[in-house]
Amino acid sequence: MTLIYLLGLVLVAAGAYVVGRQKGVTFAMAGGASRMHSLPSYHGAYLAVSAIAPMLLWFILWLVLAHRVVEWAGMSALPADLAPADGLAYASRLREILLVADGVQTNEVAPGVRAAGETYALWRGLSEWALLIVGLGLALIGFAWGARQLEPQFRARNGVERFVKVLLIACSAVAVLTTVGIVFSVLFETLRFFAKYPWYDFLFGLQWSPQTAIRADQVGASGTFGAVPLFAGTTLIMLIAMSVAGPIGLFSAIYMAEYASPRVRGVVKPVLEVLAGVPTVVFGFFAALTVAPFIRSTGEALGLNVASESALAAGLVMGVMIIPFVSSLSDDVINAVPQSLRDGSYGMGATKSETIKKVVLPAALPGIVSAFMLAISRAVGETMIVVMAAGLAGNLTFNPLEAVTTVTVQIKTLLVGDQEFDSAKTLSAFALGFVLFFFTLVLNFIALRIVQRYREQYD
Amino acid sequence: MDATATAARPKPTASATLPANDPKIVAKDVNVYYAEKHALKDVSLDIPERAVMAFIGPSGCGKSTFLRCINRMNDTIASCRVVGSIKIDDQDIYDPSLDVVQLRARVGMVFQKPNPFPKSIYENIAYGPRIHGLARSKAELDEIVEQALRKASLWNEVKDRLQDTGTGLSGGQQQRLCIARAIAVSPEVILMDEPCSALDPIATAKIEELIDELRQNFTIVIVTHSMQQAARVSQRTAFFHLGVIVETGPTERIFTSPNDKRTQDYITGRFG
Repeated sequence: MTLIYLLGLVLVAAGAYVVGRQKGVTFAMAGGASRMHSLPSYHGAYLAVSAIAPMLLWFILWLVLAHRVVEWAGMSALPADLAPADGLAYASRLREILLVADGVQTNEVAPGVRAAGETYALWRGLSEWALLIVGLGLALIGFAWGARQLEPQFRARNGVERFVKVLLIACSAVAVLTTVGIVFSVLFETLRFFAKYPWYDFLFGLQWSPQTAIRADQVGASGTFGAVPLFAGTTLIMLIAMSVAGPIGLFSAIYMAEYASPRVRGVVKPVLEVLAGVPTVVFGFFAALTVAPFIRSTGEALGLNVASESALAAGLVMGVMIIPFVSSLSDDVINAVPQSLRDGSYGMGATKSETIKKVVLPAALPGIVSAFMLAISRAVGETMIVVMAAGLAGNLTFNPLEAVTTVTVQIKTLLVGDQEFDSAKTLSAFALGFVLFFFTLVLNFIALRIVQRYREQYD
Repeated sequence: MDATATAARPKPTASATLPANDPKIVAKDVNVYYAEKHALKDVSLDIPERAVMAFIGPSGCGKSTFLRCINRMNDTIASCRVVGSIKIDDQDIYDPSLDVVQLRARVGMVFQKPNPFPKSIYENIAYGPRIHGLARSKAELDEIVEQALRKASLWNEVKDRLQDTGTGLSGGQQQRLCIARAIAVSPEVILMDEPCSALDPIATAKIEELIDELRQNFTIVIVTHSMQQAARVSQRTAFFHLGVIVETGPTERIFTSPNDKRTQDYITGRFG
């Protein structure tokens, strides 16, 4: 039914456009185009907008409300003795009602539930018809309202542009609201975790062993959720990755932007960007099967004790993965530095490298900083490579040759498994996620401030 | 250029309209190609020392191209090829043994659009002296910066805000900052590529005044689209058309009694 509705929406829009445009053309023929405020096509667009705007609004309203109303109707139809007592019973009763409504044959349904299911199905059908009929009615009203306004002097263009602006605002609001929604959904679970486990032990505890009892009398039932080893591991791997990606990315960007001939650049840049498209799992294979054994054997040849899963292996491969983020963005910002600045510097007798060091890079600094911040955010959020190459052991160490674990890996480990959802173990994943989110938010904020501070210094 | 040679040469006076100075720059049969396009054809020209030489001509006539040959700025354009000889003080600047960095320290350049670096006013001036190692101490550098700004008549306007960014100045001030930046490395020649085309009349007048002062110490070559400007600031003028020099001579003569019909047509506004 929604499909038909959307199809109807398109048809209404097209029809209203044609009618409106025709009307505009009539005005133009009658009085000459110069006397009209807007072009005939704007008359058409205005009429289309006034017809479909109420349809769209009604559709959104229906999406939000209809299933609630239908559900309420179904549940109210239950006899008093079958009415659910708590949330769990409510959910299971609703599932039974749905089965009946969908016509799935089950024998064990109480007659009361069967009646409720039929009510549910009835209301569901009604709601779909309501969508169609009310929607088309609103479209007609909107159409009539719009059509009455059309006249040669009518400012149809301004109306259409206002609608476009509202549409743009709505789209950006979706992005913002999604972010806010994510923050809150994580925040509430985090607060539940802190109700079970003190926040200072979480943030400053040095021991990470996320165990909770499945049975009350289990051995080793008490877990500690000190997240410091995870933050340390994340920081360590991030630092290793950035010490790979920072110089390599930046220097290859400088090469591509300043030294490479257009032909070389045309080949190298896309090839580097292919790196960004390699799935991280594939990087994980590479880290676990090639880099980690190599580091281990090299380390042993040098007489070092290297764990087979080391922070170094994960960090190095992650560094390679984020090279394109640094290089591609830096390349763009270096290219955006005006040629006149370079000419000015060459005209002073500066060499190419002096020009790059003292004029181009300072001018491109804000963009380079934001490229680095983006790369750091990627490194901190990366999971798969670390799972495969750095291990799960929550060691508190800054020795890159030992196995460490990161925040994201632990989140993944905590949520995979058959724990009940409200145990401290599962909830701690949300607390970790919240800390991670907060961390990248702060990073982005700092990057933004740096960019703003230096932006005014160059055109 | 050594000190005795400088002393031996007659100083031009401000009223001199026909300076009889030795040629500082001698160009012979210069040809420039941009890929397939033949932009300059057999250009030969003497540019006198400590005077202002103006290049005039319609757009695309090759005057900026020739200007950029004098400090080899065309090297930065990959498709550009220069044939012929340009000598500054009898030294061929296209000699492979010559370091272009040293050449550009001797031949400074001011561009069409003011292009101060995104740094403080002080750092803009100190840039050249730093890369050429002209100052041994902070005090010396301060002195160089102050002198350059004074010579560019900018000192009084910016002395209290040397640490502000150069891009925050007005257009005319920015252009004088660029001139000061060029002066700071004590060049012998200053090339100016339409230095006033982005400026308002008052800022233009200031720059022209400055050019007239600078000719006491520097050889100046200026490309301009404004014939009034060429008449006001230059002692000699060369008229370029379609990649060749049509006519060159003392500015006064070029503007009062040109020898060539094309020059006559251009300066009277028939084309251009």
